Amino acid sequence: MAVELDVFVGNTIIMSEEVYQLWLDGYTVNDAVKVRMDGGALDEFEANADVVQSDTMDQYRTFQMCERLLHSPTKLANQLLFQIPPHRQATLIERYYAFDDGFVREVLGKKLSKGTKKDLDDISAKTGVMLKSCRRQFDNFKRVFKVVEELKGPLVENIRQHFLLSDKLARDYAAIVFFANNRFETGKRKLQYLTFQDLAFCAGQLINNWTVGAVDNMVEDMDVDLDKEFLQELKELKVLITDKDLLDQHKSLVCTALRGKTKAFNEMEANFKNLSRGLVNIATKLTNTKDVRDFFIDLVEKVSCPENFLSFHFVVWDRYMGVIKSCIFKMYHD
Amino acid sequence: MPGKLKAKIVAGRHLPVMDRASDLTDAFVEVKFGNTTFKTDVFPKSLNPQWNSEWFKFEVDDEDLQDEPLQITVLDHDTYSANDAIGKVYIDIDPLLYSEAASVISGWFPIYDTIHGIRGEINVLVKVELFNDLNRFRQSSCGVKFFCTTSIPKGYRAAIVHGFVEELVVNEDPEYQWIDRIRTPRASNEARQRLIFLMSGELQRKIGLKVLEMGGNAVVGYLQCFDLEGESGLVVRAIGTACTLEKLSSGSSTHTHPNTAPASNACNSPSKDGKESPLAHGCRSTHNSPVHSACSSQRLSQNFSVSVPTLIFTGMGSGSMGKDAGPLKTLLRQQTQTALEQREFPFFTLTSFPSGFLLHVGGVVSARSVKLLDRIHNPDEPETRDAWWEEIRQEIKSHAKALGCHAVVGYSENTNICEEVCILSASGTAAILNPRYMREGCLDIAGSDHRFEDPSPSSCGFCHIPYDELNMPFPAQLTYCFHCRRQKVPDVLFTTIDLPSDAAIAGKGCFIQARLCRLKKKAQGEVNATAISNLLPFMEYELHTQLMNKLKLRSMNALFGLSIQISVGENMLLGLASATGVYLTALPAPGGIQIAGKTPGDLNNEQHIMNIQKRINDTIAKNKELYEVNPPELTEEVVGSPIPEPRHRSRLFRSHSESSDELSELDLSHGKKDAFVLEVDDTDAVEDIHSLLTDAPPPKGFHSCNTETMPGIYNWTSALQMFTSVRVLRLSNANLTNQALNKIFTDLCENLLKSFYFKLRSMVPCCLSHLNFSVAVPEEELIQVAVTAVAMTFDKDQTQEKPAEKPIMKGCSEGEEQLQFPLELCADSSSVNSQSSSRISGVPESSSLSTRAASVDYGSFADRCSTWLELLRLKAHTIRRGSVKTSRRTQSLAHSVSSLEHSSPITEGRSRLLRSSRSFGGSSVSVVKMTPLSFLPGTRIVKYLGIINMFFIRETTSLREEGGVSGFLHSFVAEVFAMVRAHVAALGGNAVVSYSMKDCVLMENPNKNQCQCLINVSGDAVIYIRETDLEAIASTVGLSSTNSDGAT
Repeated sequence: MAVELDVFVGNTIIMSEEVYQLWLDGYTVNDAVKVRMDGGALDEFEANADVVQSDTMDQYRTFQMCERLLHSPTKLANQLLFQIPPHRQATLIERYYAFDDGFVREVLGKKLSKGTKKDLDDISAKTGVMLKSCRRQFDNFKRVFKVVEELKGPLVENIRQHFLLSDKLARDYAAIVFFANNRFETGKRKLQYLTFQDLAFCAGQLINNWTVGAVDNMVEDMDVDLDKEFLQELKELKVLITDKDLLDQHKSLVCTALRGKTKAFNEMEANFKNLSRGLVNIATKLTNTKDVRDFFIDLVEKVSCPENFLSFHFVVWDRYMGVIKSCIFKMYHD
Repeated sequence: MPGKLKAKIVAGRHLPVMDRASDLTDAFVEVKFGNTTFKTDVFPKSLNPQWNSEWFKFEVDDEDLQDEPLQITVLDHDTYSANDAIGKVYIDIDPLLYSEAASVISGWFPIYDTIHGIRGEINVLVKVELFNDLNRFRQSSCGVKFFCTTSIPKGYRAAIVHGFVEELVVNEDPEYQWIDRIRTPRASNEARQRLIFLMSGELQRKIGLKVLEMGGNAVVGYLQCFDLEGESGLVVRAIGTACTLEKLSSGSSTHTHPNTAPASNACNSPSKDGKESPLAHGCRSTHNSPVHSACSSQRLSQNFSVSVPTLIFTGMGSGSMGKDAGPLKTLLRQQTQTALEQREFPFFTLTSFPSGFLLHVGGVVSARSVKLLDRIHNPDEPETRDAWWEEIRQEIKSHAKALGCHAVVGYSENTNICEEVCILSASGTAAILNPRYMREGCLDIAGSDHRFEDPSPSSCGFCHIPYDELNMPFPAQLTYCFHCRRQKVPDVLFTTIDLPSDAAIAGKGCFIQARLCRLKKKAQGEVNATAISNLLPFMEYELHTQLMNKLKLRSMNALFGLSIQISVGENMLLGLASATGVYLTALPAPGGIQIAGKTPGDLNNEQHIMNIQKRINDTIAKNKELYEVNPPELTEEVVGSPIPEPRHRSRLFRSHSESSDELSELDLSHGKKDAFVLEVDDTDAVEDIHSLLTDAPPPKGFHSCNTETMPGIYNWTSALQMFTSVRVLRLSNANLTNQALNKIFTDLCENLLKSFYFKLRSMVPCCLSHLNFSVAVPEEELIQVAVTAVAMTFDKDQTQEKPAEKPIMKGCSEGEEQLQFPLELCADSSSVNSQSSSRISGVPESSSLSTRAASVDYGSFADRCSTWLELLRLKAHTIRRGSVKTSRRTQSLAHSVSSLEHSSPITEGRSRLLRSSRSFGGSSVSVVKMTPLSFLPGTRIVKYLGIINMFFIRETTSLREEGGVSGFLHSFVAEVFAMVRAHVAALGGNAVVSYSMKDCVLMENPNKNQCQCLINVSGDAVIYIRETDLEAIASTVGLSSTNSDGAT
C-alpha cells in the first residue's frame, strides 16, 4: 500500500515561510520533514509524519513551479497560474534572492562563469551552505548581472525595477555586480577579515563616486564600470609626490587641519611622505585593469596609516579621497 | 441572421520560445467560429506580440452562438514546414447572450495546450450584437440564465418555480473513433475538448428551450455531467430547476441592491435589452431546421439492466393522507398535489429554499440501477439513455409517494462507469412543498396569508412527518414535536438538502462520513453486472448503519446534505456517504449505543463489553461537549442516561418501495432487532465498533461540514481558501480482506482530513465547508479520492457570546415577504439588517416575531436588548446604504484594479477605460475568489455574469520529468484554476461561486512515462462588493447615474 499521488492545490497559494526557507536552504523533502518535526510541527493539530511529509511535498512542488517565475520576478506579478497576494509575492522574491553573507564573500569579485560554478562544492564545504543553495545564489548573481550589465541608468534602481527587490537587497546586488564586473580581488588572506557588508559599502561608494553614472546618469553602461576619464585624470596627482613644493604644501595643509585632532598625529606627520606616496600611487595606477583588481589589497598593504587625510581643495583629489576615506573607515572598522 | 459576433485579438505575452535559433517566436492567431476562420498577421520575432487586429466579424444564428465556443488558436509561423500550434483558448460566449450579464469579454486568457499546459497569455476582446428575433419557432434559447447555485440566486426572487428540466446529448468519443488510431493523442484530445465544448453548448441551449416552453427564464441548480463510456460513446447530460426569476429592485423590496438596473422583467425576451438593433424585423426567415436534431442516443443501448432495490431511509411507506392532520393541512396537500401532479417529475435540484417553500420533509429517496453498456448492433433500436434515466426517475417518484410526499428536493443524478458496467444513481429528499410557488400569479399574496396555510412554525415544520402514522408498515418511533408539541416527528431525519435557515438547532454541526469497501470477483458482462447489483443493497445498508451509529455517537439526530457515492472497480466496490450531522431541537434526543455480548455468561467477555461500552459512552459525552449539543432541557424523558430505556432506543427503519423487483424481498430492515444494540458476536462486529471510535474529531479551532453553511456558526469573517486535493492509493497486497480494505479506505479519508487541518492551521478558527469527496477506482489496485472544499474563517468570540442572536435572525429572515434566501445569515448580514429594520418599521409582521420568540430558546433579557439595539443601528445603516445604488461607477473607478485583498468590484458600468488599462497595462492580475458555496462571507453579490463550464484534458509523455503523477496533476489543477479565474476576470467578474469539480479522471502509465487527465469544472461567475466597501461608499459618494449601467 503506497500513496501513488497526493496533491493539494489552493486557489490562493498556500505556503509556510518556514518550509520555503528550508527549500531555499537546499533541504531535501525528507530532511525538511525531519527538521519540521524536530521543530515541533507534530505538536500542532495532531499531525503525524505522513501529514507533514505530504504538506512538505506539496509546498516543494509549488515552489518548484514558482521558481521559473522567480527568475524574472516582474512576471510573477502578472502571471495567471498562481494567485499570490502581493505581500506573499514580495516575500517569495525577497527570500529567493536573499543570500548567505558567508557564501557571497567567497565569490565576490570572481568571474560569474561556469568555472566558478564548478568550484561551488568547495565553497559549499567551506561555508556550510548547502550546494543546492549555493547554486541558487550563484545563479541569482549571474542572472542579475546579465540583466543589468547592459542597462542604462542607475545600477541600484535597475536592479530594483527588474527584480522587485527591497532597497537594501538591491544595493547588495549592485555591489556584487560591481565587484564581479571589475573583478576586484577580495580573496587574499589579508582581506579575509573583511565582511561582505564592509566590501558592499565600499562598492557603494565607488559606484556613487567613481563611475560614469556618478557624473552623468544618462550615459550608457554607466554604473557598472569605473569612469575611465577620471582614472586618467588621477594620474596627474603624481605631482603631489614628485614636486617637492606641492608635497610640502600638502603636508602642511593636512597637518594644520589635523593637528590636535588625532592621537596618531605625530606618527602621521613623520610618515607623511610615505603615506601620501602610497595613496597617490594607488590612484595613479588605476588606469591599469590589473591594478584595479588589486585595489583593495593595495589599500590594505600600502596605506598603513589608519588615519584620514583631509583634502586639498582639489576636485579630483576630493573625489578620490572621499571614497578612500570612507573605505578606510569601514575597512578598519573605525 | 440574428447575431453578429465580433472578436479582436489585441496582444500576447509570455509566449514560449518556438524558434530555438533565435529564442523567439513568430506568432499569429486563428480565430474560428463555426466554420468561419480569420487570421491575424504574423507578428515576427517576439514573445510579447502586439497584433492589435481588426474586429473579426462572424454573422451567425443565435443557435450557433449558444452551441459553439469561439476558438482561438495561437500558432508559430514557419516558412518551410507546417505552422506549429502554440495553444488554444476556447471562449464560451453564452454569458454575452443574457440580457443583464456581461456586455463584453475582455482580458488575458491563458493559452492552453494539452501537452504543454499553459503557454503564455493572449488578450482578446469579444462582443455580440443580437438582433431582436420574433420568430416563435426559434431553436435558440438565448436569454435563459443558468445558475449552478442550488438556491435562488442573491438579488433575485423566484416568481414561479416551474420544476425539473433534463436533457442529454450523445456523441462518439473521438478517442475511440478509428481515425484516432492514426491521429496523435494530442490531436484526438484537442478534438475531444472541442466536441465537449460543443456538446455542452448544445445541451444548454436545449435545456433553455425547455425552460422557455415552461414559461421560465432561468435554470437554477444546473448540474451538467459527462459520461465517458469509452467505446460506446460520450454522453453529456444535465438536470436543473426551471424558474421564473425576477430581479429584486430596491423599490419592491427593502433589500437594496446596488446593482439593480431598472428592473428588467423582460427576462425571457430573446435579446439583450441594450443590444437590440433596428434590423430586428425581417430576420425571421432564417430558421428552417426542425427542432429535434438527431441527438439522442441511437448508438447506445442496453441489453442488460438490473434495477437495484432501493431504500427509503427513515421513512415508512404509506400512500394515504394523514388523518390526524388538520383539514387545512389536507387541503394544502391536495393543492400542492394537483400543482405537482401535472409534472412528470416533481423534482427540484435546489438544496435550500425560500422560507415557507418547504413544508415537510419525508426522508432520503434514492435509486440505483446497473446497466451494461454495449455498442449497438442495431442502431435503430429505440432503447436510449433517456429511457434509463426515465426509469430511475419513476422509481424515485414512487419512493417519494410512498413517503407521502409529492416532490423530491435536493435531487441529483450521477453515474459510475467501470469498463462496460454503468451504475446510474439518483437521490433526493422526499418533501411536501408549499403550492404557492407552483402557481402563477400567486406571489402577490401577502406573507400573512402564507401563515394561514401553514399551521406549523417553520423552525420545526419541516421535521413533521408527511406520512400517515397510523398506517405505517413498519414500527417507528414517532414523538410529538419537541417544539410545537402538535405534530409528530420521526426520531431521526436524513436529507440531501441544506439545513433550512430557520431550523432550530442545538450546538454545532459536524461532518460525518461512512466508508465501505467490498471485494468483488473479477468478471465480465452480465455476470459482473449481476454481482455488482447483488452487492449494492448490502453496501447501502452498511453505509447507513455506519452513518446512523456515527450520528448517535455525536449525539445528533439529523443528517443534511447526505450524498452516497458508490464506485465500481474491477475487483472491488467503494461506498462513501458524506453528510453533515446536526441536532434538531424539534426531534427527540438520540439514544445512546448499547453493546451486547453474544454469550452473556462469559465473564471475560462481559468485562470486554463493559470496556467498549464505557468508551462509547465517554465518546458520546465528549462529543456533546465538543459540538456544544446542549438541547433545551424540556426533553427530560429522553435526555438522561446515554443508554436509553429499551423503548426509547431509536431504530433505523427501512422500507423498500412497492416498485422494487424481487431482490427487494431481502429483509433490509433491522426487523425486530434494535438497531442500536450492537452485538459483539464476531470479529467483524468488533472491527466495526473500533472503526466507529477511530474517527478523530477535528482539532481545536476547526469545524467541518459538507453543506453550504455550518450549522451553529454564523459570524463568518471574510478570509477564504478554496482547495482541491486528490490522493491515489496503490494497494500493494492483492489478497486483502474486506476488513483490511475498509481500514485502508477509512484511513485514506481520515488522513486527508488531517492533512487539510494541518495545512490550513493558520486560518483557525476556521470551518471547512462544502467538503465534497468523490471516490473512484481508476485501476485495479488503485483508490482515488478527490476533495474540493473551502476553508472559511469565523469570529470565535461572537459565536460563544451571542447564542441568542441567532433565533432573532431566524425570525427576521423568515418574515421575509420576498422569496429571497436568507442563507448566510451573518455573512450577508446587511440583508438581514434591512429585513429586520423593515420588520421594525413595517408594523404588520412584528407580531410574528413574538410568536416565534416563544418557540425559540431565547437568551437572557440583556441579550435581547443588545440585539434590539443592534437592529436599530442596522436600520440606520440601511438608510445610509440607500444611496449606494447610484454610486457604482465612481466606486469602481476609485478602486483600482490592482488592489488585491480588496478586490476591485468590477462592475458592468465600469468604464471601458478602466478595463483596457487593466488589459494592456497588465501590471497586476485582478484577484478572483473561488468557492463551492453560493455566497462569499462579508460581501454582497451584485451581479451574476453567467455560468462557467469548462472541460480540459492534459497529457504528457514525460511524466518523470514533470515530477511524476503528483507533479503532473498539481500543475494541471493549478492551470485549471488559472483558466477559470481568467475567464471570470474577462467577464468582468471577481469571484466564482458554487464552484465544483465534476470530474477528475486520471489515467497513468508510468512504464511508458505517460499520463493523461480530464477535469471538468463549473460555477457561476459573479461580481461581489464587500459590505465594508458598500458602507464606505454610501457615506462618501452620493452622485449620479444609475442609468450608466445600461450604457455599456
